[in-house]
Amino acid sequence: MRHELLSVMSWAEFISFFQYPFVWRAVIVGTLIALVAALLGVTLVLKRFSFIGDGLSHVAFGAMAVAAVAGITNQMLIILPVTILAAVLLLRSGRKAKVNGDARLALISVSALAIGYLIYNLSGSSNVSGDVCTTLFGSTSILELTPFDLWMSVGLSVAVVIVFVLLYHKIFAVTFDETFYKASGVRTELYDLIIAVVIAVIIVLAMDLVGSLLISALVIFPALSGMRLFKSFKRVTVFSAILSVVCAVSGLLLSIWLSTPVGSTIVAVDLAAFAACSLVGFTAKRA
Amino acid sequence: MDTNERETLLSCRDLTLGYENHAVAEHIGFEVTRGDYLCIVGENGRGKSTLVKTLLGLQPLLGGQIERSPALKRSTIGYLPQQTPVQRDFPATVEEIVISGFLKKCGLRPFYTKRERAKAEEKMERLGIAALKKRCYRELSGGQLQRVLLARALCATDTLLLLDEPVAGLDPKVTQEMYGIIEGLNREDGITILMISHDIAAVLGYATHILHVMHGSCFFGTTEEYQKSEAGKLFAGGDHAA
Repeated sequence: MRHELLSVMSWAEFISFFQYPFVWRAVIVGTLIALVAALLGVTLVLKRFSFIGDGLSHVAFGAMAVAAVAGITNQMLIILPVTILAAVLLLRSGRKAKVNGDARLALISVSALAIGYLIYNLSGSSNVSGDVCTTLFGSTSILELTPFDLWMSVGLSVAVVIVFVLLYHKIFAVTFDETFYKASGVRTELYDLIIAVVIAVIIVLAMDLVGSLLISALVIFPALSGMRLFKSFKRVTVFSAILSVVCAVSGLLLSIWLSTPVGSTIVAVDLAAFAACSLVGFTAKRA
Repeated sequence: MDTNERETLLSCRDLTLGYENHAVAEHIGFEVTRGDYLCIVGENGRGKSTLVKTLLGLQPLLGGQIERSPALKRSTIGYLPQQTPVQRDFPATVEEIVISGFLKKCGLRPFYTKRERAKAEEKMERLGIAALKKRCYRELSGGQLQRVLLARALCATDTLLLLDEPVAGLDPKVTQEMYGIIEGLNREDGITILMISHDIAAVLGYATHILHVMHGSCFFGTTEEYQKSEAGKLFAGGDHAA
């Protein structure tokens, strides 16, 4: 029964997959995306920004719909600027907060989702549900990366890691207590802006791996897991980055082995890791 | 030499404070000289917190003038904020928080220098929290938390500390310790103190100057002058009797 359901392949068959370059490409890009997604997780969780990730991913979905219908081959070139713009606007609105920030976020994200779906339907594509499903849940897009996608992902991931390392202490500060550092003359708004842009880049990257609906999980789960176990910002950050990579790669391999969708398999592994970390953290506290 | 020691750090004239176009307090004037211990008192809603935010540059000034001495511009103000709930579940060690006080001095440099690390260590020793440096912020008691934040503020400044209700929520024993620490920083380390407080009776014993923010006006003078003034008799007199 189980075998029929999951159609597990033999070990030899599984190994044979690694002769294809697309599998290697997927593993490399998956590793990088998982790494960068986890880096800003702590900041997002603690700044109560968790849902900004979610909202942005819907915006990215809308942008992707437009790009797809317009027949643009390098969709990244449309999606990236649109998502960055949305991130900056959302962050700005969060600060002034005349309209409830949550409500505004919901407004933007649901509108982008609806309009994106509408555009897909109006486009008269023969495979609307397939296209939409791929964009929302990632399905197999990580296994269909073109060399352009590969280099774009590698380039952006490396850029995010460099920015993160250079600004590590600043990111710590604006996450911990913006008022104090602003009062002492640190340009916290600038760093907030940079964080927003980096989040947008991460979201766009992660769309390929897990699809736009599941991105939040990739960003938030590793950070939450790390926070269950460690007490210092540095350790939580390092641990969540490692955990995220381990989960993404094992999820990816599992999905090939079991022929399950890549994105949801990775998120399921992340969830399991989170459960394990919670359990360990809970037991450690008790003891 | 003498002029240097009695240097005016901060001089505020006829300030109007408030949000957007709504003035909370008006005609606020005072001066802070190096070495002063100034307490800012007044009832709730009279603009004490607004004054703090304005002095820190977090909020625009609606009217009047704030002049900062060159020394103050160079070293910035060390700020001890009121506790906010968001910080309480933050995964950070005491060490990480204290050293972050140097962030402004870092500028574009991505890492802290050895000297800054050593200085942070020194501040932790000074405030008696060196043993806690690997501990998580979440596990500390109220008094320990305040010491950590005070150590961070000391990394940011060696001139002026601005303390917003530093003993709020602390038990009497810890409150006394906290006042003792602040007094020590003022007397021994020569750090100028600006402190917001509710607890007038306690602060009269420590402060050299009092700024009492009232509706539409303020009292500013030495602690002795304050105790003889109308505002002082009304406000502090009652507390003393209690």
